[in-house]
Amino acid sequence: MNESGLTRSEMGFTSSPDGLLLVRLTGDWKIENPLPSADEVEKKLTAGTRVKRVSFDTSQLKAWDSGLLTFLIKVRELCSENKVQLEAEGLPEGARGLLRLASAVAERKGARKEVKREPFFSMVGASAIGFYRSAIEMVGFIGEATTTFAKLFVGKATFRRVDLFLLLQECGAQALPVVSLISILLGLILGFVGAIQLKMFGAQLFVADVVAIGMVRVMGAIMTGIIMAGRTGAAFAAQLGTMEVNEEIDALKTLGISPMEFLVLPRMIALIIMMPLLCVYSDLLGILGGLIVGVGMLDLGFTEYMIRTQEALTLTTFGVGLFHSAVFGVLVALSGCLRGMQCERSASAVGYAATSAVVTGIVSIIVATAVITFVCQVLGI
Amino acid sequence: MAGGPEITVKNLDMGYGSFVLMRDLNFTVNRGDIFIIMGGSGCGKSTLLKILIGLKEPLQGKVLYGGTDFWEVDFDERERIMRRFGILYQQGALWSSMTLAENVALPLEQYTDLRPNQIRELVSLKLSLVGLAGFEEFYPSEISGGMRKRAGLARAMALDPDILFFDEPSAGLDPISSRLLDDLILELRNSLGSTIVIVTHELASIFAIANNSLYLDVESRTMTASGDPKKLLAESKDPTVRKFLTRGAE
Repeated sequence: MNESGLTRSEMGFTSSPDGLLLVRLTGDWKIENPLPSADEVEKKLTAGTRVKRVSFDTSQLKAWDSGLLTFLIKVRELCSENKVQLEAEGLPEGARGLLRLASAVAERKGARKEVKREPFFSMVGASAIGFYRSAIEMVGFIGEATTTFAKLFVGKATFRRVDLFLLLQECGAQALPVVSLISILLGLILGFVGAIQLKMFGAQLFVADVVAIGMVRVMGAIMTGIIMAGRTGAAFAAQLGTMEVNEEIDALKTLGISPMEFLVLPRMIALIIMMPLLCVYSDLLGILGGLIVGVGMLDLGFTEYMIRTQEALTLTTFGVGLFHSAVFGVLVALSGCLRGMQCERSASAVGYAATSAVVTGIVSIIVATAVITFVCQVLGI
Repeated sequence: MAGGPEITVKNLDMGYGSFVLMRDLNFTVNRGDIFIIMGGSGCGKSTLLKILIGLKEPLQGKVLYGGTDFWEVDFDERERIMRRFGILYQQGALWSSMTLAENVALPLEQYTDLRPNQIRELVSLKLSLVGLAGFEEFYPSEISGGMRKRAGLARAMALDPDILFFDEPSAGLDPISSRLLDDLILELRNSLGSTIVIVTHELASIFAIANNSLYLDVESRTMTASGDPKKLLAESKDPTVRKFLTRGAE
């Protein structure tokens, strides 16, 4: 008996001159017990002596489970390969029943997947086609979103106002704590980095310029955009993805309600309204962070710092920052909703949609920033 | 077929927060029973199943497995008891990022020291027992609802459990698939001697396979009948039980 309290499983053979091979099974044939291999049966079947039938003696067999069944299935396959008759009468009734059950439904022809190595160029080609299709899909989605917006302006878009207010709350007020924390810390970081360099020239007062221009022109908008991509974009993708899994989107379509109008439009409106407001809030807290560094570490006066900040900022700078944030709002909403609507019908697909929404959102924010910065440079703004 | 008591429920109250859904439940499931938990919609059948399988704590009362109070023992002991369970959830609950073979293999990898080739053989066996031979490399999203349910059963059987729990096994299945599943449940009980607990209100299945049952009455918020459903149909005087078992014909 081993430490699991099981008796050793053993197998013995008796051959008869009439071609009968009697397989004697003794002990506990359970998966947690080391079991004899069916190879021993194969040796007997392929040895010189001609075996015509295989039978079993299980009078000494104690407990058994799937371990015995896997062994018996292998023996059955061996018998079939060697054209030997298998007599199952000596087996426990339950094992006979399960053996019957295991072979009751024949393997469906062609069901088994062939594992084949894809040639390298075939993989590259498939990726390129996939990229092309997803680009077409994205452009189609953007086009559809634009049409939906046009319908909104002529008063023909259908969505529930209450959903819009809930989304405004979700995208706005509920995002304030994380935006506050990140913005203050960003202001502090900009202040510190600027102070270290500017102190070398005795120009520490210009920390106010660095922080104010940096935050208001681009950093406030970028950080808010990234936060919203991670927070709200992912949430949009997960919500819409789960709705896709639960066939809720199909239900809307069959009712003749456009999911673009009913689901995507309120989300886009909410983010387009809230993103610039969050951006202004982020700018203010970033300046507060810079002020803490300026007043607390560089011994600048509060009024002095504020006057410097006021002088550094222009309406153009403020407008550029707001423009950034409005664009980011559209991008985050589009990427979140696009990935959610593209979601397949499984739990892992919802996770993939959320991840993909965040990645698409952040990448598009960075690309858009580069484009806007270049255009501003060309226009001399 | 029935042996000694496998599950004993004593004075069990269940509910959510201060809301008592069912009270004073007392019943015994014997080894080898096919035991049905039945009742109208919203009576708490699935909640009772969750309590039996350790997903939800009762408000009060005892659930004894072979004499051990499931909700009183420490976590390790509870986990040891739970390893004796195989559970088929209503929608199969297969892990969507894994193939069928990986779904069935996971409990074997987790709880046994078997070699990968032994696990592969066992996985093939379990899938062939539920009529899914050859579907090892398929993902749940690539097969039908009925096949997902059968694959869920293969996973539930992975560790040769002593007790199999089924939550609405026939829900969403066509009559033929439903009948085949009933036959499979009977064959498993007869071959392995497993105890089977089923939550269902499919009368055809109940009368075809069950030898013991419990009726939860949503009005009185307690059990109003128990025993062999065929006997209940013939002998019960309770009007709600009769109404349920005759599909409202009486």
